[in-house]
Amino acid sequence: MVNYILRRLGYAVIMIVLVSFVGFCIIKLPPGDFLTQKLEQLRARGDRSAESQIEALRAKYGLDRPFMVQYTTWAVNFLKGDFGESFQYERPVKDLLGERLTMTVVLALATLIITWVLAIPLGVYSAVRQYSLGDQIITTISFIGIGIPGFLLALIILFFAIVVLNQDVLGLFSKEYIDAPWSVGKVIDLLKHLWIPALISAVTGTGGLIRIMRGNLLETMGQPFVEAARARGLRNRDVIWKHAVRVAINPLIVILGSEALPGIIGGNALVSIVLNLPTIGPLFVDSLRRLDMYLAGTCIVFFTILLLVGNLLADLVLAWVDPRIRLE
Amino acid sequence: MAAATLDSSQKGKQKQVSQSYWSLVWWKFRKNRIAVIGGFILLVMYVLICIFAEFIAPYDLEHKTNYPEARPQTIRFLDSEGNFSIRPFVYGLEKKIDDKLRKRVFVENPQVKYPIHFFVKGDPYKLLGFIPGDIHLFGVQSDNPEAYIFIMGTDSNGRDFFSRIIFGGRLSMLIGLLGQFLTIIFGSILGAISGYYGGAVDMFVQRFTEFLSAFPDIPLFMALAAAIPKFWSPIAVYFMLTIILAFVRWGGLARQVRGLILSLREREYVLAARSAGASDSRIMFRHLLPGTMSHVIVIATLSIPGMILSETALSWLGLGLRPPLTSWGVLLQEAGTVYAIRFTPWQLWTVVFILITIMAYNMLGDGLRDAMDPYSAR
Repeated sequence: MVNYILRRLGYAVIMIVLVSFVGFCIIKLPPGDFLTQKLEQLRARGDRSAESQIEALRAKYGLDRPFMVQYTTWAVNFLKGDFGESFQYERPVKDLLGERLTMTVVLALATLIITWVLAIPLGVYSAVRQYSLGDQIITTISFIGIGIPGFLLALIILFFAIVVLNQDVLGLFSKEYIDAPWSVGKVIDLLKHLWIPALISAVTGTGGLIRIMRGNLLETMGQPFVEAARARGLRNRDVIWKHAVRVAINPLIVILGSEALPGIIGGNALVSIVLNLPTIGPLFVDSLRRLDMYLAGTCIVFFTILLLVGNLLADLVLAWVDPRIRLE
Repeated sequence: MAAATLDSSQKGKQKQVSQSYWSLVWWKFRKNRIAVIGGFILLVMYVLICIFAEFIAPYDLEHKTNYPEARPQTIRFLDSEGNFSIRPFVYGLEKKIDDKLRKRVFVENPQVKYPIHFFVKGDPYKLLGFIPGDIHLFGVQSDNPEAYIFIMGTDSNGRDFFSRIIFGGRLSMLIGLLGQFLTIIFGSILGAISGYYGGAVDMFVQRFTEFLSAFPDIPLFMALAAAIPKFWSPIAVYFMLTIILAFVRWGGLARQVRGLILSLREREYVLAARSAGASDSRIMFRHLLPGTMSHVIVIATLSIPGMILSETALSWLGLGLRPPLTSWGVLLQEAGTVYAIRFTPWQLWTVVFILITIMAYNMLGDGLRDAMDPYSAR
């Protein structure tokens, strides 16, 4: 098991290095950089010293050096915990992300928990009572859920909140708590606001997961070992939850790593933009538009780390649940 | 798929006793009502929007009027005095200042009635780029040049929103098809080579797809789309975006095709083809790839919605298509702000159109998945 974890960790490290390099290349792709944009702005304002100001900044940020030097400097500093400086905010990237990282992770976790808490019981019910009225209702709802992406749902909910209820659902905190230090009251306030964006982002994933859970369980229920469990006179509940579901849930854990997490990370980013939440998503999009390259690059690496850590955890859970995996 | 390898003379003899694979698929598909409805909706939307948009839309895409941010007009049969007319009509619009909102608004004026006619003369256009015309499906006929019908309101430039949704759908719906087409080509060719030869190509395809899956895909789309130079022509931006969408997505399909080819290449009919002297490329493209097509079609149908949505999301964020190109995502750019939702909520009609398209694709794809396996009893 230790061997397996080490191998996976080594793989994750290689991936992060590759992703950071490719990410950096992509961000350097657009012609020009933040400073050329700024130069134009200064010129438009008629600033005489524009050129010399920009040259000074260029030297300060090291943008006049060759590509590989820029990348290595950034990567080496990255390991030391210095992610470079954001051009547009003129603050260290570390501080900007630090403010938002917790919320990003909390939102992703909340989405994940809501998805699973909803999808597994509904999927199991749907399979156990196949073709019942409940199954048909759940199936219809899950199909609609698959079809509605989070950010469009967020727009629709925003529409209802503003036009019908005349209320604001924006942000994660009430006004009095936005700048307040952390306290029990603030956490409760956060939970009151958090469930809306989390539920919105969870809808798409839940729909898909219900379908998969239902299909897997239906297949498992037809197998001889379930029959054997019944023949031994176990209670129906035990047969389903302790025997069938334990086997049927494995593919879900695989999906958790490979499909669910990227979906949640991307989906949360879009929903955050609609609902104006203080997560990394809106910051990232803004940094891409403004060619704020160290900020954008660090965001990409963070998204990837989030994804890889999630994948690793999913694989470990799978190895723990299904001993056959470890041998491969 | 063994039927595909029978030569034509044998096929002729067997015709009386068995049906071909595709006709079995069609029979099974036809029985699934939801899938047929989905397919029908898509067919209608593609024909109306992609081919006949100019005719369906009452006004030209860029037709500016003096009614910015006007509410949708209600189509009526009864006027304020209770007179019924068989021909529907709309009330004219009148400018007013709303004291509560502190804003100029347009309200319906029951004194002015514009009857709605079908096949009216309007903005001239060229259908499919070369058939000239000026007849529109519906519109109002009046001597007043300021007579308009806005069934879904107008945007901040006073352009008819319904027309803009119809025209915007063209780019959005085509990017799904076009991008998916590229994905199929990349994915199935590389997947086939990877599965058939193994070796270096296989290594490359496997590692590449693994690497792409290490990126969260929406942030990757955003970064790539942001790299499209701002000074490119709209057409170049459109095609570049399509290529980006296909480039990121082909890996999954390639992996599926590879898996199928790995199992198919061990079949006897492949051995037969090889002993008959068929070349590698002939075996791959004539014998193996057709066997994967049913899977490929299902996967492709089910992933078109994702592609349409990616375009929508990117353009909405200002990273994808930009005006003067008009797609559903570009329309959302204006409609998706808190200001717009408060004051011009009718612009969210775009969302309804997007959702109908997505749902229809999901319905169709789900039915295809069942139908592509016509031998199962289900």
